[in-house]
Amino acid sequence: METDLNSQDRKDLDKFIKFFALKTVQVIVQARLGEKICTRSSSSPTGSDWFNLAIKDIPEVTHEAKKALAGQLPAVGRSMCVEISLKTSEGDSMELEIWCLEMNEKCDKEIKVSYTVYNRLSLLLKSLLAITRVTPAYRLSRKQGHEYVILYRIYFGEVQLSGLGEGFQTVRVGTVGTPVGTITLSCAYRINLAFMSTRQFERTPPIMGIIIDHFVDRPYPSSSPMHPCNYRTAGEDTGVIYPSVEDSQEVCTTSFSTSPPSQPAALGVGSADLAYPVVFAAGLNATHPHQLMVPGKEGGVPLAPNQPVHGTQADQERLATCTPSDRTHCAATPSSSEDTETVSNSSEGRASPHDVLETIFVRKVGAFVNKPINQVTLTSLDIPFAMFAPKNLELEDTDPMVNPPDSPETESPLQGSLHSDGSSGGSSGNTHDDFVMIDFKPAFSKDDILPMDLGTFYREFQNPPQLSSLSIDIGAQSMAEDLDSLPEKLAVHEKNVREFDAFVETLQ
Amino acid sequence: MNCRSEVLEVSVEGRQVEEAMLAVLHTVLLHRSTGKFHYKKEGTYSIGTVGTQDVDCDFIDFTYVRVSSEELDRALRKVVGEFKDALRNSGGDGLGQMSLEFYQKKKSRWPFSDECIPWEVWTVKVHVVALATEQERQICREKVGEKLCEKIINIVEVMNRHEYLPKMPTQSEVDNVFDTGLRDVQPYLY
Repeated sequence: METDLNSQDRKDLDKFIKFFALKTVQVIVQARLGEKICTRSSSSPTGSDWFNLAIKDIPEVTHEAKKALAGQLPAVGRSMCVEISLKTSEGDSMELEIWCLEMNEKCDKEIKVSYTVYNRLSLLLKSLLAITRVTPAYRLSRKQGHEYVILYRIYFGEVQLSGLGEGFQTVRVGTVGTPVGTITLSCAYRINLAFMSTRQFERTPPIMGIIIDHFVDRPYPSSSPMHPCNYRTAGEDTGVIYPSVEDSQEVCTTSFSTSPPSQPAALGVGSADLAYPVVFAAGLNATHPHQLMVPGKEGGVPLAPNQPVHGTQADQERLATCTPSDRTHCAATPSSSEDTETVSNSSEGRASPHDVLETIFVRKVGAFVNKPINQVTLTSLDIPFAMFAPKNLELEDTDPMVNPPDSPETESPLQGSLHSDGSSGGSSGNTHDDFVMIDFKPAFSKDDILPMDLGTFYREFQNPPQLSSLSIDIGAQSMAEDLDSLPEKLAVHEKNVREFDAFVETLQ
Repeated sequence: MNCRSEVLEVSVEGRQVEEAMLAVLHTVLLHRSTGKFHYKKEGTYSIGTVGTQDVDCDFIDFTYVRVSSEELDRALRKVVGEFKDALRNSGGDGLGQMSLEFYQKKKSRWPFSDECIPWEVWTVKVHVVALATEQERQICREKVGEKLCEKIINIVEVMNRHEYLPKMPTQSEVDNVFDTGLRDVQPYLY
């Protein structure tokens, strides 16, 4: 709804909404990376931190958000949604949350765009920072890795809540009234997950029984321009330039006036300030295009150059001439038009519309994940016990877990130990070829000069010889002989009856 | 002017008192802090940037977001530590409360001292429970975590009502509204 908003205010408002939407996506996605986020405060305004908040821009996320928005802004009936879902190592997925940035028709015509709206949007972002840590998906995302990963998807259009299952809950992060409508930010989240404590995702075998909604083909609403696509890891994309980084150099409001709110604010100069690289502790797997990728050091992604200094000076001069009585905005022109997005990336898999989900987190393959070798390169991943991973899955008959090795000859282990040295070689007779012999160092044991240390003792007596009384040697005795000897034994026992009775009495 | 007052109640175990208090206070201060103001000519000013960081609690299954300001964190920890000690030493019922009050200073003529007029007060009431077994403590960790999530949602709800906030001050009056003593951020006077 158009009001008597002047064109400059309208332009500012559109810019604020656009960057608010982009920052919202960044906050949500970064909160689901599984890592703690930390940004520094800066007392000097840089002009690049929108809404006076240090929120880093992950270029891929900005790129995807812009792609989803496709030049539009959230409006009535057109919401920007960020869907957070979980995908298990078996391939099942489940929607956890939908974050919605919506606009309704309720306008606040009196509100001042460049001051009040801006500050309230800043407050709303702070609220979003707080709320993203309290929904159930946060704790799940902090524990992602071996069993499951967290994915995100951005779409624009109608909100789809059907994937959240029954009885989902909604939390409203906040609202900001503007002259063109009221912006609302909310989150709908699956609650049955709340009953599945995070314990269920720790070291449990198949989770499939718990997942209610897992379907590969998502129903796309016809009206929304959604583009699910793959992500490449930063390792693969070293040659890719994200034009969105340049767009983020658009100026953001950093100056305000203390005069009555009717006076305009002078705009400062902005430049992309990516001085603090964000390092996420995760490896990258180039062979998994669908995997969630945590971008490594931002130095791995080409950064857009800072704005030229002369532009800064020129704008600052204009800044100085802005007076409270001057209604014209001292606008610094952005270095690049936001409409000229040229996607230079034409690498494969990027624009495939049928590929599932946008992924941003890397997934470390757990030690016991049953994956075909051609998908996972063991040596390229930092998985524990890599040495123990079976090298050939087909040779089950050589698997020691299936066919335990034969027990050794029944020789005296003590004899063996006296001739063995230290902690090595003692029980190598039992070692299967697939196992790697390592030094056995039992806990709380000192590796000292005694020939018979705890480790040696333990190894030798791990396979003691069988007791002779338990060994079934059918040739030695026959059943008949057993029966014949019974009467003799009975006679002997009858003689000792009194002793037995006395013994029994002592027990009572 | 009416002072807005909000009360939050939490039941925690003894060792959770500090973290629960800090979580609530930091969340409030996150919303009530801005970047440092830099005044320029002719009444305009620019605002610095507020950084944030996640803090994991050790005794509660909970993570909260605070402003990246070591000075502010130290100040809060000091006060919360004193509160915790006072609570412990008071003995008895294990009930206590702490209030975070945002105020404005109003200059008065000499010989009267400046007046402090509160415009928002957050009161946190704490009930300390004693637990006997490790299992109870584990359950308490989760329960208190869930309760704190609800409190954060309550705080955010209040914050987004966009009710009274002091007007942005001129350079000469900034100390009447904000605490300008910190190096990196500028909370409202509290």
